Amino acid sequence: MDCRHLASHTASTAAVRGDEMKLLYFAWLRARIGHAEEIFQKPAEVNDVAGLLEWLRDRGPLHAEALRDLSVIRVAVNQEYVGPKHPIREGDEIAIFPPVTGG
Amino acid sequence: MIRVQREDFDIGRELDRLARGDHSIGGVASFVGLVRDMGGPDCVSALILEHYPGMTEKKLAEIEAEANRRWPLSASLIIHRYGRLEPGDRIVLVATASPHREAALAACHFLIDWLKTDAPFWKSEETPRGERWVEARAEDDEAAQRWRRTGNHFD
Repeated sequence: MDCRHLASHTASTAAVRGDEMKLLYFAWLRARIGHAEEIFQKPAEVNDVAGLLEWLRDRGPLHAEALRDLSVIRVAVNQEYVGPKHPIREGDEIAIFPPVTGG
Repeated sequence: MIRVQREDFDIGRELDRLARGDHSIGGVASFVGLVRDMGGPDCVSALILEHYPGMTEKKLAEIEAEANRRWPLSASLIIHRYGRLEPGDRIVLVATASPHREAALAACHFLIDWLKTDAPFWKSEETPRGERWVEARAEDDEAAQRWRRTGNHFD
């Protein structure tokens, strides 16, 4: 599996090749997974957000632990909040994070 | 206008600038959020605010546009800080100007309520025992729900 890891977030325009997807992790998800950003080739079997989260859990024990309880996970695709059935396409920027606590 | 910045802001200057030159404005409403020391067993020495650059500006602009659709505002401003902040520091400023107070006050309330549940910011606290992530409050969701017509929750 072709994969690139980055410890900190880069600009949203960081190069993602045509067949790749870019994952961004924030807050305690970033801390638990140990990366701010990962770029993967989009697996053929991943078609939606629910499928992506399931696939990510098999990446390793840190991913599995961080994504154990989906009730505390929010997802944005291309900077819009989405639900589990939202499609995942090549070239997507997918952010995974806990409920927001700004203001 | 939206600003996401590390630096502090001057409330007086920002409110002055918001209303200056438009004499149809009859009132300016504002809300200032501050870093609070919760005073629990773990004394909080600082708050670290992380955000999602790009999406933050996009969401704040959407929230501001929605406020302008709902109320007749002459001007509006959201400033949200990120980075390391200490108790007493300013985190956020929301200000709205309108010919009449009702629109300015309601829009200001709407903006801060909605911002808290929609803008991608996360707080962690620096404590003597290390970093602790602040959990989302159900009360914030309920406050935003009063104004809401679509959900964004992943469940």
